[in-house]
Amino acid sequence: MFLSISTTGLPNNPATDLGWLLHKRPDKVQSFAVAAGKAHVFYSEASPKRCTAAMMLTIDPVALVRGDSALQDQYVNDRPYVASSLVSTAIANVYSSALNGRCNDRPELVNVALPLTATIAVVKVKGDTNTIQRLFQPLGYTVDVVRHYVDDRFPDWGYGPYYTLTLTHTLPVKNLLTHLYVLLPILDNEKHYFVNQQEIDVLLKKGEGWLSAHPERDFITWRFLRRKASLTREALDRLTAIDPEVDVDDLVQEEAPPTTTAEQEPEATRTFISLHEQRLKAAFEVLKRSGVNSVLDLGCGEGKLLRMLHTDPQFRRIAGMDVAYRDLLRAKDRLHYDQFNESQRERLSIFQGSLLYRDSRLNGFDSATLIEVIEHVEPERLPNLERVVFEFAQPALVIVTTPNKEYNQKYGMTDDQSRHTDHRFEWSRAEFSAWCASVSQRFGYKVRIVGVGEADPLVGASSQMAVFDFNKS
Amino acid sequence: MTLDIPDMSLVVLIGPTSSGKSTFARQHFSPTEIISSDQCRGYVSDDDSDQSATGDAFELLHHWASLRLKRGRVTVIDATNVQQHARKQLIELAREHHVLPVAIVFNLPESVLKARHEQRTDRSFGDHVIGSHQRELRRSLKFLAKEGFRNVYVFNSPEEVAAVTGLQRTRLWNNRTDEHGPFDIIGDVHGCLTELHELLTKLGYVMKKDDAGINRVTHPEGRKALFVGDLIDRGPDSVSVLKLVMQMVADQTGLCVPGNHDAKLGKYLAGKKVQLTHGLAETVKQLEAEPIEFRQSVNAFIYKLVSHFVLDDGKLVVAHAGLKESMQGRGSGTVRSFCLYGDTTGEIDEFGLPVRLDWATNYKGKAMVVYGHTPFPEAEWVNNTIDIDTGCVFGGKLTALRYPERELVSVPAHQLYSEPSRPFLTGTSIVGELPISVEHQPDTLPRRAAQHQADDVLDMSDVLGKRVIQPRIGPLVTIREENAIAALEIMSRFAVNPKWLLYLPPTMSPSETSTLPGYLEHPAEAFAYYRNQGITKVVCEEKHMGSRAVVIVCREATVAQTRFGLADSAEGVVYTRTGRRFFLKLEIETAFLQKVNRALTATNFWADHNTDWVALDCELMPWSAKATDLIRHQYAAVGTSGLNALTAAQEALKQAALNDQAVASLQSQTIERLSNIQKYRTAYATYCHEVDGLEGLVLAPFHVLATEGNVYANRPHTWHMETIATLCAADPGFLLATPYHVVDLNNGASVEAVTDWWVRLTAAGGEGMVVKPFDFIAKTDKGKLIQPAIKCRGSEYLRIIYGPDYDTPDYLTELRQRGLTTKRTMALREFTLGLEAMERFIDREPLRRTHECVFGVLALESEPVDPRL
Repeated sequence: MFLSISTTGLPNNPATDLGWLLHKRPDKVQSFAVAAGKAHVFYSEASPKRCTAAMMLTIDPVALVRGDSALQDQYVNDRPYVASSLVSTAIANVYSSALNGRCNDRPELVNVALPLTATIAVVKVKGDTNTIQRLFQPLGYTVDVVRHYVDDRFPDWGYGPYYTLTLTHTLPVKNLLTHLYVLLPILDNEKHYFVNQQEIDVLLKKGEGWLSAHPERDFITWRFLRRKASLTREALDRLTAIDPEVDVDDLVQEEAPPTTTAEQEPEATRTFISLHEQRLKAAFEVLKRSGVNSVLDLGCGEGKLLRMLHTDPQFRRIAGMDVAYRDLLRAKDRLHYDQFNESQRERLSIFQGSLLYRDSRLNGFDSATLIEVIEHVEPERLPNLERVVFEFAQPALVIVTTPNKEYNQKYGMTDDQSRHTDHRFEWSRAEFSAWCASVSQRFGYKVRIVGVGEADPLVGASSQMAVFDFNKS
Repeated sequence: MTLDIPDMSLVVLIGPTSSGKSTFARQHFSPTEIISSDQCRGYVSDDDSDQSATGDAFELLHHWASLRLKRGRVTVIDATNVQQHARKQLIELAREHHVLPVAIVFNLPESVLKARHEQRTDRSFGDHVIGSHQRELRRSLKFLAKEGFRNVYVFNSPEEVAAVTGLQRTRLWNNRTDEHGPFDIIGDVHGCLTELHELLTKLGYVMKKDDAGINRVTHPEGRKALFVGDLIDRGPDSVSVLKLVMQMVADQTGLCVPGNHDAKLGKYLAGKKVQLTHGLAETVKQLEAEPIEFRQSVNAFIYKLVSHFVLDDGKLVVAHAGLKESMQGRGSGTVRSFCLYGDTTGEIDEFGLPVRLDWATNYKGKAMVVYGHTPFPEAEWVNNTIDIDTGCVFGGKLTALRYPERELVSVPAHQLYSEPSRPFLTGTSIVGELPISVEHQPDTLPRRAAQHQADDVLDMSDVLGKRVIQPRIGPLVTIREENAIAALEIMSRFAVNPKWLLYLPPTMSPSETSTLPGYLEHPAEAFAYYRNQGITKVVCEEKHMGSRAVVIVCREATVAQTRFGLADSAEGVVYTRTGRRFFLKLEIETAFLQKVNRALTATNFWADHNTDWVALDCELMPWSAKATDLIRHQYAAVGTSGLNALTAAQEALKQAALNDQAVASLQSQTIERLSNIQKYRTAYATYCHEVDGLEGLVLAPFHVLATEGNVYANRPHTWHMETIATLCAADPGFLLATPYHVVDLNNGASVEAVTDWWVRLTAAGGEGMVVKPFDFIAKTDKGKLIQPAIKCRGSEYLRIIYGPDYDTPDYLTELRQRGLTTKRTMALREFTLGLEAMERFIDREPLRRTHECVFGVLALESEPVDPRL
């Protein structure tokens, strides 16, 4: 990874003043030990007209292979080349006095706004491709980026998330370093070290004077604190003592750890999330009205519906099942399942299972819900799911929801796009209703279908919900 | 004197304290057979005589006994058991496990007991307890048989107790495990004498009238006929059928279990009141024409019939209406009624017949179960059970199953003798009995076998939790629960229909690390490994760099239904090493399979191997066809970020041009890293090229895994290579025959030549080679399995795996420390499981048996192991 800082100086300040500020001599290479490698500082030019200080990090691959897991989740990875939190650490280490606004020999230089250009090769951007601009432009930088092909020999593979970034602005060096220190790790949304309470203090200190007014303040705080809701909430409380309107839950949802690698635009994500709440509410109300006492949430995910059911005494027996074990751990976490006493555990159970296998644990429930589940199953394996649920488990009430494909155009989606990369199909209203009819006829259920979410006279509601009642005869 | 103790029994000792129960038990039973209440008290409370622990102690006692009885072990309950309610619980326990309750009563004079009590130091209570025990015992005595005890032995004096010299362990009547056949098991005859004669003749039996004019049936090869019952009613000549079968049983050329019709006749003959329906009236009329002695002998014959037989070391069970595993070889009223009437719910269906539960669909027992009772047009296997009642009396046919050959032999009915109450010749299926699961199969579709229908939905209990699998070529494989968790997710979310998954490929270990400068892997170590295992002949195959693909081709699309049991027809399937469908677009997959099919057809593969499907283990190129996402997000990402970051640094260093040793060193270091990144980019790009539909795809099969009836693990690799080369010649642009060399490890020139070949191959960008023992399955002298393959990868290829700078000397030294033990044990376990899956598939075992193995491979793959190996 490579970071250079250049200045052309000012009438009263030759460019070489940069050397005093950075506290590094222009006539030799200096090397410093940093996390997992070395930082080298050298000047590629040093004249009164123009001075460029370059810092390059060489990550020691042997250190990587010895298994410092924080640096390495994959064996072949981009960490040695990307300006990540390793660079922030290196800045704090190598340019420590400059970052902290100290210059013992020339203290008057510290607050001088110099014409500065910083070039970073390369940064990695996770999420919105405008993130660089969103972060740096409000601070007055002229932002110049070169986006790199993932492989220029295979242009079909398109662009990757890597950029060479050039920032130009006239400001004190310490401000530039502070901005880089805080914002570089925001771009790739990773940190090589464990983040705790102290990180809040670091952020508030480094963000003094600019962060609270930054339009992306919440986003920066959220990512800087490794997307930890409690830390973010506290940091924002402290940052915005005068502005208590912040809703961390919005952020939590916006950047909830994605279950797939879908690169959804935040706007659309937010819409889908509120739709999801509506679906859960709709299903919950059906359960409530039907008077059932036991509910089996099939494909419970992180347990949102379980949490709704949990607080309602009508539901005396609740079970959540999902095939994704990690989601179940998260569901247990959110319910504080480890603190449940025996009777609570008897009332609410969570277990891993699959709708493609017959399972005696699913027997004996009044009702079952499959909220946004069927579209995650390969069409060729749906008949298995049908039999497992409707023939073998056979609850008296079954609620199934699935997206209404027709509505996708309202989200500006084309016909071949789906709402989630893991959706194996999305059905129109006619397709869903045909499936429901076939299921109800084969397994002896009555069915009614309702729309959920915003409705449109032409394409119907965003989501569709079927309520199956077992015909007792 | 000896006591008879059935080998499936719960022995209840009954007697007051100090009556000598424990002493008797110790004397006549093995210590593990005895469960004493005092002992249980001790286990739960550390005090044998702590009466406050009685409740918990008995809970333990019952649970303990229950586990033993489940396993069919004789269990002795050493407690006073003088109270009726205590015995009732034990009787219930015995019934629950279908074992015989036996009572041994110690009804000794009170004076004896009190004298003994005096002597004891381990009893804190007074001797008044003895009196009350004694009174309760006396009250109970005459009711014991009524309470349900099958055998009751009462000792009235210490002398009688002492007179017992030993126990006679007796087998239950149904235990015929020492009869090994061969048998011809014959379905419901229902008085169809002519067809029975014809069937016996067809089976090779010889019928001769003896001097007394009685038909004597024998088989020249000593085979025995085994009747599943329902000899009588509805058909034309129940009496003659009875005569024939009774004579065969008497002559020991036949065995017979009772059917519900036979049992009902037995009741009638015993003078009980029964309704003369379902053809019984006709039989009774026929019998009345016979002399009274005959009727008495029929009565005696039926009375002696045993509900079911367990034969041939427990490998075969015959019962009229089938029998689930937990009841086999046991005796109780419930077992008998299951044998006679099957697994009924008590409900009556629309035709007035009892609704049956699908015990066969859920059957997982080891024994083959052959039964009749419910007529179906065809006898069909389901989970190693078969109903051979093919409705002869309803105009169907009379069927026999030859055991152990598993062949069906039948003769058609001459006429419809009786109208069935439910139409049975309409293609109903054994597993279609539940009203909901009835399949709607248009006549145009090939009918799927009952087993295939039963396999449509697998059961969670067959995959979840810790499991142990016994492959036929290696040691037991244990699948840990946490690995099953990971496999369940992959199997459910991504895998193709499990009916296709007859195999998943095993992982492969690399060779030990090389000590040659610049090399991490080199052929020398692979050869050394095999030499050390005592192998002298190996096959070296070029290792292609693409994606692993298992290709199953059906000769006709209907084979997907008839052989694989899928609901829809298909040309076959192509799936990845994790069971995921290779092609996202069905039309591409179809076209791809058709292309392979044409080559198979052109080379006469189908006829040569007498099959209509084949499974091939292959590499599918290019790598980028399947792995584009991985390449883009990981490999190319490293390339582009490295290239751009290092180039920027390199430019700056060039400008720096300081006269400084440190700059020069940093410069040369950067130049080298830049060159490594370039080599790395070249390395992966070698395996990437554009694919348009099928255009650009190359398939390199390297194992012919299986065809109908064959798993080719018994052929050497040269056979695989040659067979595949023949196939590939039919479509050289698309099918790639793998270059290979047979190497004699004792011949230096041979080894050197193949090493040179490897060097040239990898220098030209090839991934490397795979070294395999000449035989597909290789074992050491001591019978230990040897790695079925060792890979030896080229230096430039390894750059993709270990990173651009992996061959810098320090790094390489570090990498050489890698351990291979886990990888190799995984490779062996997965290899044995993969082969086992195919063996089970070609044996047409139930899907769960095949699935268990492929699920196991997937589960083992989730073991944490260095993915670079």
